Amino acid sequence: MLEVHDLTVRFGGITALDGVGFEVAAGEMVGLIGPNGAGKTTLFNCLTRRYDADSGTIAYEGRDLTAVAPYAIAPLGIARTFQNLGLFPRLSVRDNVLVGAHHRGRAGFLSAGLRLPGVRREERELRADADAVLERLGLTEVAGHPATGLPFGTLKRVELARALIGRPRLLLLDEPVNGLNAAEVEEFAGTLGAIRSEHDLTVIVVEHHMGFVMGICERIVCLDFGRKIAEGPPEEVQRDPAVIEAYLGTAA
Amino acid sequence: MSATKVVTEPAPVRERRPPDPRWRWAGLALLLAAAVYAPFQLVPFHVFQLTMVLVYAVALLGLNLLVGHAGQISLGHGAFFAVGAYSGAILLDRWDLPYPLTLPVAAGVAFVLGLALGVPAMRLRGLYLALVTLAIAIFLVPLLKRFEAVTGGSMGLTLAKPAPPGWSGLAEDQWLYFLTLIVTVAAFLLAAGLLRSRVGRALHALRDNETAAEVMGVRLSFYKTLAFAWSAMFAGAAGCVYTWVIGFVSPDSFTVNLSITLLAGLVVGGLGSLSGPVLGGLFVMFVPSISQDVNDAAPGVIFGLLIIVVMYVAPTGLAGLAARLAGRLVKKIPRKE
Repeated sequence: MLEVHDLTVRFGGITALDGVGFEVAAGEMVGLIGPNGAGKTTLFNCLTRRYDADSGTIAYEGRDLTAVAPYAIAPLGIARTFQNLGLFPRLSVRDNVLVGAHHRGRAGFLSAGLRLPGVRREERELRADADAVLERLGLTEVAGHPATGLPFGTLKRVELARALIGRPRLLLLDEPVNGLNAAEVEEFAGTLGAIRSEHDLTVIVVEHHMGFVMGICERIVCLDFGRKIAEGPPEEVQRDPAVIEAYLGTAA
Repeated sequence: MSATKVVTEPAPVRERRPPDPRWRWAGLALLLAAAVYAPFQLVPFHVFQLTMVLVYAVALLGLNLLVGHAGQISLGHGAFFAVGAYSGAILLDRWDLPYPLTLPVAAGVAFVLGLALGVPAMRLRGLYLALVTLAIAIFLVPLLKRFEAVTGGSMGLTLAKPAPPGWSGLAEDQWLYFLTLIVTVAAFLLAAGLLRSRVGRALHALRDNETAAEVMGVRLSFYKTLAFAWSAMFAGAAGCVYTWVIGFVSPDSFTVNLSITLLAGLVVGGLGSLSGPVLGGLFVMFVPSISQDVNDAAPGVIFGLLIIVVMYVAPTGLAGLAARLAGRLVKKIPRKE
């Protein structure tokens, strides 16, 4: 489904990604790990066209993603969440989720202004969908609340809801359990697993919480200083000397 | 509720309960009834003033779309107001067009101009955008004076006001008031419909977080440019109605001052709220002349001080203040569950 090949991104003198390549098959759940600054979020930003790659290719369902405009990523079925939240703080939780369905709607300035029947129908459908997603993620209670001032874990779920309503095939999660307590992590892992099979999702998840990543992912890709240093099933990557060194450092 | 339950539950959420929609409709109906009743109770001069409040409200509705909802800035909206006013005036003066037809044409001209200027302007942000839009407003007056053959130069154009039809039994000021009221209501319905839809959410999204909006598939350049063009169109429509009501246009009515006053009026009225433009219209209509009355020598000082006071007392504008007061009032009414 996704083939990343020899991807390189430089910021000035810093090479954030250095010839990274990996593949993700449809239906897979892949964990992307690595110490801070390893280039995990940079990779996500390349996949969603926030950054231009200096070299390398990204093929998604056979299409070259580097040639796609940033706003055209969502319609291709790629959705993401953000590490430090990318919510719209002055919109309600429900409206935040509805923005996630933007690319599913057709209404333009004039047809919306005139509230043509087609627009009303579309709006009704999207709202019903939003309510279903909110319900699924236990957010119905806060649907009318502005998407700020709520617990961090709740806001993370709002982001997930917003990603899901776009009917993605590829879901990119950037540290989804960051800031959750142990019980919440467990619960989130369960929810994510269920949602994944309900929606037939392919998932790439960036996460520092090793218990979560190792428990939920079939395959792990480990980055360090922009380079892929390991790839394989969780139990293998966990024992990989390069990974252990990257996380713990070598004895001086 | 047991004590252990409380511990595991997240902090209680302070829900900002939206007012019951029925109350809202009742309030709007009451407001509309008052608006229809008012011209029969007021002296013609006050009817005229009220008409002008509505004219400015329509212009501010457009400006609000851009500034309050899409989060962009324009220091040059007076120019689009002027373009609408002059389009209407020239159509009436040169082609003797029936006046109802001048409205869509003037709005269309302002829309096209807004689109043409919006394409380059919307690539700019913040201060740069402010400067470019300010330049538009500054350029306009000399331009109007330059093309004297069409615009009447510094002397402007004097026109006949729309006459009330015999069947209506209305005086001229009342007729103009009702024409303006119809345009205002239509403009509000258009803006409200737009804002309640996918388009309004896209504008809010790009205002709050451009990156996230784009990841959700919102095409930033498209929405910014069209918000600018629609905003210009509302201002142009307001300008055209201004021409009907005043029956006279001249370059000196549309200086940079008008643009600044409009923006100040909107901020004082309340950015991003639907009632803000009406309150802002009251501000634009009355505050400059009141400050003239208070101190003839320094109207600018009084004007400025008033803005500062309002911003201090009500940082979310008069609309926000009104909502807060209403909220307090509602709390006192026991709620039936």
